[in-house]
Amino acid sequence: MSDPVLVVEGVGVGLSGREILHDVGFGIQPGEFIGLIGSNGAGKTTLLRLILGLQKPSSGVVTVGGRRPGRGGEIIGYLPQKVALDADLPLRARDVVALGLDGQKLGLPLPSVSKRALVDEMLAAVGASEFADVRVGLLSGGQQQRVLIAHALISGPRLLLLDEPLANLDIRSAQEIVELLARVCRERNIAVLLSAHDLNPLLPVMDRIVYLAGGRALCGTSDEVVRSEVLTKLYGRRVDVLRVEGRVLVVAGPEVDETHGHDEP
Amino acid sequence: MNGALHLLFAPGLFGSAPVRTAIIVGALVAAVSGLVGVFTVIRRQSFAGHALADLGAVGGSAAFLLGISQLWGFVGAGILAAGLMEVVGIKRVQGRDVATGIVFGFGLGLTALFLYWDTTLPGASNAAISVLFGSLFVIDAGVIPLVLLLSVVACAIILVCYRWLLTDSLSQDLAAVRHIPVRLTGILFLVALALAVELSALTIGAVLSTALLIGPAAAALRLTRRVGRAILVAIGIGVGSTWLGILISYDSYYWFDAHHNWPVSFCIVAVVFIAYLLSGLTLPLRAARLRRSEIVL
Repeated sequence: MSDPVLVVEGVGVGLSGREILHDVGFGIQPGEFIGLIGSNGAGKTTLLRLILGLQKPSSGVVTVGGRRPGRGGEIIGYLPQKVALDADLPLRARDVVALGLDGQKLGLPLPSVSKRALVDEMLAAVGASEFADVRVGLLSGGQQQRVLIAHALISGPRLLLLDEPLANLDIRSAQEIVELLARVCRERNIAVLLSAHDLNPLLPVMDRIVYLAGGRALCGTSDEVVRSEVLTKLYGRRVDVLRVEGRVLVVAGPEVDETHGHDEP
Repeated sequence: MNGALHLLFAPGLFGSAPVRTAIIVGALVAAVSGLVGVFTVIRRQSFAGHALADLGAVGGSAAFLLGISQLWGFVGAGILAAGLMEVVGIKRVQGRDVATGIVFGFGLGLTALFLYWDTTLPGASNAAISVLFGSLFVIDAGVIPLVLLLSVVACAIILVCYRWLLTDSLSQDLAAVRHIPVRLTGILFLVALALAVELSALTIGAVLSTALLIGPAAAALRLTRRVGRAILVAIGIGVGSTWLGILISYDSYYWFDAHHNWPVSFCIVAVVFIAYLLSGLTLPLRAARLRRSEIVL
């Protein structure tokens, strides 16, 4: 096995007395596709921020490509949950992708043939060539996600983090985005860590799953993790997992146990 | 032909020293406002622009009492206010309507007090008009080098931080992950914004300065889909409106045999407003183009 691109070991995060993450640990190998699954408030965004180095853990260690996050961050590509793409924004799809290449540099962007070729190639890879010259604010949700994926990938990362990229997409666009990610990242041997509250769109492409509930995490294949007895232990209350024609439903059990509470806000 | 030219450019227009100063200073200030204005609209900070204008007026009106030049008063108070906003946090300021309104109200109250005291000083009887509504035709030509210097500083900040500002406007987290110093970028932008607003406070007044900041930029963003072009168009609209405003104001002396100039600040802001309205005419065109492109997609 090659060196992992990401290692999370015994990570805990406390915020004003409340424990957001507790003893979370897992690793990602190059080229793996990992779904980070959990309901709202389960700590998905916090975990991604730790990996990006935007936040420090209270305990435990995060290593990205053998280093602490936030220093050699160039090996991570990132797609945040909230990106402000107003109709007013005077940026075409290709401008947003170009910013992924040199957005951290000072001074004016100078046009160059090699840069344009790189941007064109990246736009083609995510199927965004047709709307390369349209303002990003005027594109549909799925088209915007393609542009942002190209923005995140153009600098050649080894690990791609996506925070709820499917949240505002219809079922068909979500499926297209997942297939696109799986294809492009497999071709380039880029590991993917994608957070979502519904694991179903990811089932065909996911290698493994990191399941977050109440600040605790379980890692394994979806067959290992998404089982009634495993999730019941994780949630600390009865949870039923129903499988219907290849789809998975995770449902809270009938009795409500007040002492353990529920992780949703 | 000569008659037509005379109708357009009233006699003595280019021979007049105050008009020449107005043309130079007005163009510089409009260019800076155009450049900074595009990023102000993109970053949704026009509110900060208003705040800086209101608080800058306190300095502009105090300048007469302190015996310093009005521009130094505006700029000093503007930079101070920008620093304060950075410490408190723009988002927090924006979120607290009531507290913010009261602080700005108090700022304008101080301006009123200083302007009242100003009227008791010899030679400062016009202070109120000049602070609130500008003094483009009575600017001392000696101030041109300072205006030029401050303009260069504001433009340099924007041009150097160009890509930082754009990445940051997409998402702060995205910028931070790319090792862009997000906070420093915000501070530098506030300084550029303060300089642009206070320079236009000198020419068209503290009350009207944000019109020159936001108007041309908003019109330009309707007309083009690229940042570079939007900046050039905004500068063009700003400088054009300023010059046209100067011309209208100067010529208006001879209209209706009134022998009074229309205020130059009004003329400039009116032209900016008309430019903004005209830019709206392109919206149906753009919608049609978008519909066509959707069919292709």
